[in-house]
Amino acid sequence: MNSFLIVLKRDLKLAFRRWSELANPLLFFMIVTALFPLALSPTADELRTIGTGILWIAALLSSLLSLDSLFRADADDGSLEQLILSPAPLGIVVLAKVTAHWIASGVPLVGLVPVVALSFYLPVDALTVLVAALVLATPTISILVALGAALTVSLKSGGSVIGLLILPLCSPLLIFGTRATDLAVHGEATAGPLYLLASLAVLAVSLGPVAIGAALKVGME
Amino acid sequence: MSEFLYMGGYAPYVWSAYGITLAALVLNVWWIRRLHRRGLEQARNSVEQVDSARQATVRQV
Amino acid sequence: MKLPRWFHLLGSSPYVYRLAGRLSPWLGAVGCGLIAVGVFWGLVIAPPDYLQGDASRIIYIHPQTAYVGMQAYVVLAIAAAIGFIWRLKLAHAVAVSAAPIGASFTLCALVTGSIWGAPTWGTFWEWTDPRIMFELLLLFLFLGYMALRAAFEDRDKADRVSAILGVVGVVNVPIIHYSVLWWNTLHQGPTIMKFDEPSMTTDMLIPFLLTMFGFMVFFYWLLLKRLRAEIVDREQGTRWLRELVTEGSQ
Repeated sequence: MNSFLIVLKRDLKLAFRRWSELANPLLFFMIVTALFPLALSPTADELRTIGTGILWIAALLSSLLSLDSLFRADADDGSLEQLILSPAPLGIVVLAKVTAHWIASGVPLVGLVPVVALSFYLPVDALTVLVAALVLATPTISILVALGAALTVSLKSGGSVIGLLILPLCSPLLIFGTRATDLAVHGEATAGPLYLLASLAVLAVSLGPVAIGAALKVGME
Repeated sequence: MSEFLYMGGYAPYVWSAYGITLAALVLNVWWIRRLHRRGLEQARNSVEQVDSARQATVRQV
Repeated sequence: MKLPRWFHLLGSSPYVYRLAGRLSPWLGAVGCGLIAVGVFWGLVIAPPDYLQGDASRIIYIHPQTAYVGMQAYVVLAIAAAIGFIWRLKLAHAVAVSAAPIGASFTLCALVTGSIWGAPTWGTFWEWTDPRIMFELLLLFLFLGYMALRAAFEDRDKADRVSAILGVVGVVNVPIIHYSVLWWNTLHQGPTIMKFDEPSMTTDMLIPFLLTMFGFMVFFYWLLLKRLRAEIVDREQGTRWLRELVTEGSQ
């Protein structure tokens, strides 16, 4: 527990030291969500229909932007090797790093999406479900993004490959998240997709760090 | 026979599906054979190179 | 614990190369034979469906390519895991060989399924059908495995990194299989792979099973051939390979 908190505090401190870097994915999210209505010129009803999908896709894409911040800086200055070699279990260290990533980028996203959702004429009642779905989905997104970053940590420019790997794996999140939001917009029961999102989150958070740790060890060999 | 090819009106669907599958199988066989052959050729060429290099050094000596 | 001899032999490239070479013609003959008989039976002898008419004959190739594609991914994942845990290069070679073949079978499944859907479901594609979506994900997993490998110059690192991706993705295979049970999909429920009598009449079941086993055996034939090519590629410059090509036999 101690090592978890230490790594968590360290990563959070580093992340908020360069808070302008944190803002970039969020700004990207706002720009992308603004581009869709500009390009499509939808009516209010149309926007309400497609808005859910746009929000979720933009959230996914902006999460990809924060990839590098996870491991690359540490890999470059050698601290990643130290973390791997340290007696603390690598899975815990990874979990701490991913938690820091989630706090720094996932949580602000959860705060920002409902605001944009209102501009898409989504009813206010649907917003609680939207936030719940995002709270459940963003940890999984962070884990998957971390996996992509870990698999390509030793590559000089792994950016394009990562999208090909991670976005397909995120598609179930997209499906369930938009389904939950759509059901909420129409005032129907949303328990099903939310439970599925929750089980995906549990699966990702429990097994993800193992795979991520293995990928980091291989990358740093 | 023409009734067989006609497939009750579904001819384009049935024959394109079977045709694409057959093409995929054939392409796989051909491509893998090509890969294998090229690998063996590469090995043969490197043997010849080593042999001729060795003969050249023997002649020098 | 003393391991049996064959266990050690399976780690030796020349042995596996020769063994694959001896098995391969049999697999090829059986595979092609089963497919030929099955296809003939399905196209000519089997009756048309009372609802779908002759379009139902696609049932003798579409589920088969899909199933073999899924099996190919399982082979990839198991081989990659073995290669990663026990550092066996030959296991990685098997995974590398399974990927492109599995990808082409999966692509076939998607294409034949799309062609079949047009007259029967009224649409070439259906984004909300879970089985289609997860099959598409399977294709992306194959392609992602191959793309990730290509990004690394060091083959050993490529092997081990892509092995992790391969193993992580295997969770998709049971999802594809159970998707028809978990969701209301356009796809019908399982007809064969369940603990019950098959719900298909015999005159359709026979060609269905013939092509199913035919495609499976064909896949393993292709796998062994691709494995041989992969071994040759990895063993360039070794003495056994040099002797193999100079003695003129293949």
